[in-house]
Amino acid sequence: MSGGPTAEVYRVDWMPGTDLLHGVCHCGAEHVTEDPVEMWQWMLAHPVGHAS
Amino acid sequence: MPAFARNQWYVAAYGHEVGRELLGRRILGEPIAFYRTEDDAAEVVALADGCVHRRYPLSQGRLDGDQLVCGYHGFTYDRTGACVYVPGQKRVPRTARVSSYPVVEQDSFVWVWIGDPALADPATIPRARHLADPGWTSVSGMEPIDCDYGLLVDNLLDLSHETYLHGGYIGTPEVAETPITTEVDEGAGIVRVSRHMDDAACPPFYARSTGIEGRITRWQDIEYHAPCLYLLHSRVAPVGVLPHPDGTDPDAFHTEITYAITPSAPGHVYDFWAVSRDFAQDDAEVTAFLRDFNHTVVMQDVDALNVLQRALDAEPSGYQELSINIDTGGLAARRILTRLAEEGAKPVEHVS
Repeated sequence: MSGGPTAEVYRVDWMPGTDLLHGVCHCGAEHVTEDPVEMWQWMLAHPVGHAS
Repeated sequence: MPAFARNQWYVAAYGHEVGRELLGRRILGEPIAFYRTEDDAAEVVALADGCVHRRYPLSQGRLDGDQLVCGYHGFTYDRTGACVYVPGQKRVPRTARVSSYPVVEQDSFVWVWIGDPALADPATIPRARHLADPGWTSVSGMEPIDCDYGLLVDNLLDLSHETYLHGGYIGTPEVAETPITTEVDEGAGIVRVSRHMDDAACPPFYARSTGIEGRITRWQDIEYHAPCLYLLHSRVAPVGVLPHPDGTDPDAFHTEITYAITPSAPGHVYDFWAVSRDFAQDDAEVTAFLRDFNHTVVMQDVDALNVLQRALDAEPSGYQELSINIDTGGLAARRILTRLAEEGAKPVEHVS
């Protein structure tokens, strides 16, 4: 599968110098956690819990 | 581990592997026989690799022109899979036909569509143009691994293992130490993982191929087009040397590292690998070095994943694994593969 770029893009940055992950949902909501599993659970629950 | 994702394109072979000798490969559990027609088009044909008669593998047979003759009793098939001859009688049963698979030859690969042929759209095959671009010099190979394809996806999405499994080859301490960014384009089915090392030791793989002495700026930008194609855009330059503001990058060494991850059967995967470079293109010594060196690196992965799969098979069910920051990209890839597998398992309504 390879479609063109879409608007549904999730981004997770591992913040340099820390153990923290900073996630940004395609809706703009942000989330910080130390656990990548929890990060993807939050991300994919969109829009649940995404109020910023 | 994710199930197999049907209704997708997979790399079945390199183009140079398919010729006038029959080639048998098993893709997503489906045995397929490949050959190339003898006319000027030299097209690749892919037929289900089991004779309708007694299921003998057709890849054990022979070609008669562009027809495939079963090596057991001589049932003969044309390139569409229709049986055109059976021994000893004139009537060929109407049901005597094997499936033919949609095939596209592109970027040096033979791609095959596994799923409903009506859904096969060649435009959705991800590109690896460098493999057929004269501006790049490539070395390549394929290794079967006795592991679930998900283990190879895990391996390639988390390059921190280079430091430990491939230390002294492609790994240095900075790979495991440097934070990554992960981006998922859900609609396009692409996972991107980037690791940019500003000041890193130069591993032998790059020191000997580029001639750089001293420390380097090393960028690793992964682009995984689920489920099959994995591209690692690698940029290496003397430390501090960056691309020009206009985007040109004449002082860096670029390497495109390509993998095609093709599930063969449960617990078995084909690991197609290639290394393409935009420097020393005509230097046979560099070519030989990169082929041998990268083969060694690939075999380190093969050995590790074979061992890992055996260990997992011996585990009691329900074992719990642990994920940390380095796994962010691999977790994203697993999730997309699970979604693609679910979508591929759904019945499709055809509009007529």
